[in-house]
Amino acid sequence: MNEREHLFTRIREALTVKTPAHHGDSLPTSAEHRCVLPTVGTTMDEQLALFAQNAADLKATFILVNHEDDLARALQVLADKEQWQRVATHQGGLANKLAGLLGLPLLMVDGGYDKSALALCDAGISECDALVAQTGSVVVTSMTAGGRALSCLPPHHVVITRRSQLVPDLTSAFSLIREKHAAHYPSMISFITGPSRTGDIERILVLGAHGPKQLTIFCIQD
Amino acid sequence: MPSPLKISLFIPCFVDLMYPRVGISMVRIFEKLGHKVVVPKGPACCGQPAFNTGYWDQSREIAIRLMESLQNAEVVVIASGSCGAMMKVFYPELFAGTKYEALARALAPKCHEFAGFLVNQLGVTDLGARFPHKVTFHDGCHGLRELNNKRPPRELLSKVNGLELLEMDAAETCCGFGGTFSAKFPAISTAMGEAKCAAALATQAEFVVSCDSSCLMQIQGLADKRQLPVKTIHLAEVLVQA
Amino acid sequence: MNTPASQFNADARRVSADLRHRGIIRTAMNNYEVVRDRRKAGFQDWQGARDLAARTKCETISHLDTHLEQFARLLEARGTVVHWAANAQHARDIILGIVRGKNARVIVKSKTMTSEEIHLNEALENAGCEVVESDLGEFIVQLREEPPYHLVFPAMHLTRAEIQQTFQRKSHDAPSDNPEDLTMVARRVLREKYLQADVGITGANFAIAETGMISITENEGNARLTAALPQTMITLIGIEKVLPRLEDLALFLPMLAVMGTGQPLACYNTLYGGPRQPGEADGPEEFHVVMLDNRRTTLLADAEQRDALGCIRCGACLNVCPIFCNVGGHTYGTVYGGPIGSVITPHLRGLHEWKHLGYASSLCGACSETCPVRIDLHHHLLQNRRNASYAKPIRWQKLAFQLFALVANRPRLWSLTTRLARLGQKFHGLIKGRALDPAQAWTRTREIQPIARQSFHEWWKERGK
Repeated sequence: MNEREHLFTRIREALTVKTPAHHGDSLPTSAEHRCVLPTVGTTMDEQLALFAQNAADLKATFILVNHEDDLARALQVLADKEQWQRVATHQGGLANKLAGLLGLPLLMVDGGYDKSALALCDAGISECDALVAQTGSVVVTSMTAGGRALSCLPPHHVVITRRSQLVPDLTSAFSLIREKHAAHYPSMISFITGPSRTGDIERILVLGAHGPKQLTIFCIQD
Repeated sequence: MPSPLKISLFIPCFVDLMYPRVGISMVRIFEKLGHKVVVPKGPACCGQPAFNTGYWDQSREIAIRLMESLQNAEVVVIASGSCGAMMKVFYPELFAGTKYEALARALAPKCHEFAGFLVNQLGVTDLGARFPHKVTFHDGCHGLRELNNKRPPRELLSKVNGLELLEMDAAETCCGFGGTFSAKFPAISTAMGEAKCAAALATQAEFVVSCDSSCLMQIQGLADKRQLPVKTIHLAEVLVQA
Repeated sequence: MNTPASQFNADARRVSADLRHRGIIRTAMNNYEVVRDRRKAGFQDWQGARDLAARTKCETISHLDTHLEQFARLLEARGTVVHWAANAQHARDIILGIVRGKNARVIVKSKTMTSEEIHLNEALENAGCEVVESDLGEFIVQLREEPPYHLVFPAMHLTRAEIQQTFQRKSHDAPSDNPEDLTMVARRVLREKYLQADVGITGANFAIAETGMISITENEGNARLTAALPQTMITLIGIEKVLPRLEDLALFLPMLAVMGTGQPLACYNTLYGGPRQPGEADGPEEFHVVMLDNRRTTLLADAEQRDALGCIRCGACLNVCPIFCNVGGHTYGTVYGGPIGSVITPHLRGLHEWKHLGYASSLCGACSETCPVRIDLHHHLLQNRRNASYAKPIRWQKLAFQLFALVANRPRLWSLTTRLARLGQKFHGLIKGRALDPAQAWTRTREIQPIARQSFHEWWKERGK
């Protein structure tokens, strides 16, 4: 027997002694989860307002714009204000197009890139799979948001998203991930909930421990 | 007036020896309410010290006798939250899988801690007591968490004339007694008791009230050694004051 | 000889009298309580959430083999190498083998208590690697050559001034003791390391059977960088961390955050299901997952206490434990401190040597009351005491309880003892609080309550006349 088989034998032997399942022995349904978790409102507007509130509490910046053109202008304003010198982004979709309009040197991460060069970028501009109203989270994956490091290594993470990407809660976010990716899951799926933070020194909140110090979420009202 | 009950009062060993007034107060209160009190002839202890130290066989020796002595009781009132928890919650665990399990399970629902019994079983909150002092209330852990006894003592105190209840910080934090723990780990027990005394003093209450004399023994013992102006009193002794 | 028990006693005595330590921990915990309670109140039904979490863990642990098999199969299907380690030595050997195969020089780690359990850093350093902890708290205690103080807050016992001194001593430039400045020092130092590192090692909070993914919860982004930049990624995980379905995380991620730090959700909750896949921009070329037993199956075999395997390491029981708050995290001498550590350590490392942890509790039950997965912690401590006394009774104690039972069971003997005790008390005054005093454990810091002139039973008897 190899080590794996030994281990499974130990587990099965241990489980021959049954324990009274005093907490029950069936997995809760998502409906049961939804009865206990924080409420999320019923209309799209309520959920958008909840997302905005959560983002603010998390010290993320959430900017709603009406149209793609408005977003391009808002992004330009941000780039000027923060004096970006170079930015990184990924192929496909709006993020790429809008980053290109900034007229700055652009690092495209697709197909491999120089890690040190990415670390020197002032911002990483990415798409996302979903926004979660319940928690103020942005869902990114390695397949759809430029790999693993783009959303984490540069000091400022900018997310380009559309209102239709808002989902009410974590439960719906997981169903969405399953529907979209079950055939071939990305190697990384991350729920980003605010800019990087730590409280390891005297429990005092500091933003930008290792990941981005700033998180800006642009959302087009489509 | 509901029909009078025959209440079997169980006075745990340390209450018997050191805090007889707690038991006497309970007798007076129940009799004033028109009930009959009996004190069954049986063991002086519920067996908790041995149980908590891991000597379950020795604990069972006492527990079996006590269960037998209370077999025919209508209701049992226990003059300590901790011993109450032992009889109500831990006996069924202690006798799980033994021939006494049924006896333990039959006894459990009849057992009540004093304050919980008054409020939840008798529906009494106002005993017409008068105690014109500022007090703070310490929740004994067993009463609080095993018997879910947060509300009853506070309801009783709220009806005492002249009494002002000042809640202390961390009222639900253990005083550090913990039975044999207090002697096995005196330094930790003392540190916990110090925090409790400090919290009580910070309320500027004149008395610390509790449903558990063991907690009060710890708090008073520490306070006296340090000559801190802390006075402790059991809830029953407050409720008996006219 | 220094046994774990004597060490515990000595450290507990010292730390619990340390008022400075008491102050630091109390301030930290008070803040924690406030935010935790606010987040709990945000749930529609917090107690209901605990029920569901306990149910999920109960189901998972009762079918651990099935879930683990599915987890490993799916993980392997997408190119991950899954290893199985029976014990610490075996897990170290597996990881060292991978590291040697890559000729790794610099290794960056994100927070993993499981690696503390197998003393991984020491083994890697002995093999000539530079190992850098990337979580800020872990980074600080690593510089101080201390173990983590707390499951979630490794450096909570240190003040900013102490941290500044630590940085300076290790020749990191630390011009101020401002927490933000200190954090930025660590950020600068560690950025270099992520870029240099050949191997990244992480732990995991959950293993999702349905999709074959591990889930890591963190706030700083250090685990994300550890999993993104080095060419090889190794995750060490206990076999009990499995959860059946992706959607179980919808419950567990918020609960972990609420109880761990009082956040609605931690900043990064990330699932990893393999090495870099075709079409992805980056990520490790190799991904190894090491599944560790290390006597978890011993605990699993104890039907009474196997629910303790449901622990999500949120640290909530430590935070509410008056013992932990007074003796501090280092006194335990264990990887897992506080109530959960006192419950599982005797199973993981031997009952006889670690039984004192079960006794070092006032059994107040604050731990069980707070546990998000409803582990019956303080009852398990009682069971550990029982198991210890059955396995190896202390003769005088057993005799004392036998004698006590004899007296307590006989009312006439009890009344005789009452009178004798009253007599004894008269003489006790002569030796009270001194070395000869048999009750000195009590009387050194506390007055003793005198035995009443008339006991309750004496009063009752007299009244009946």
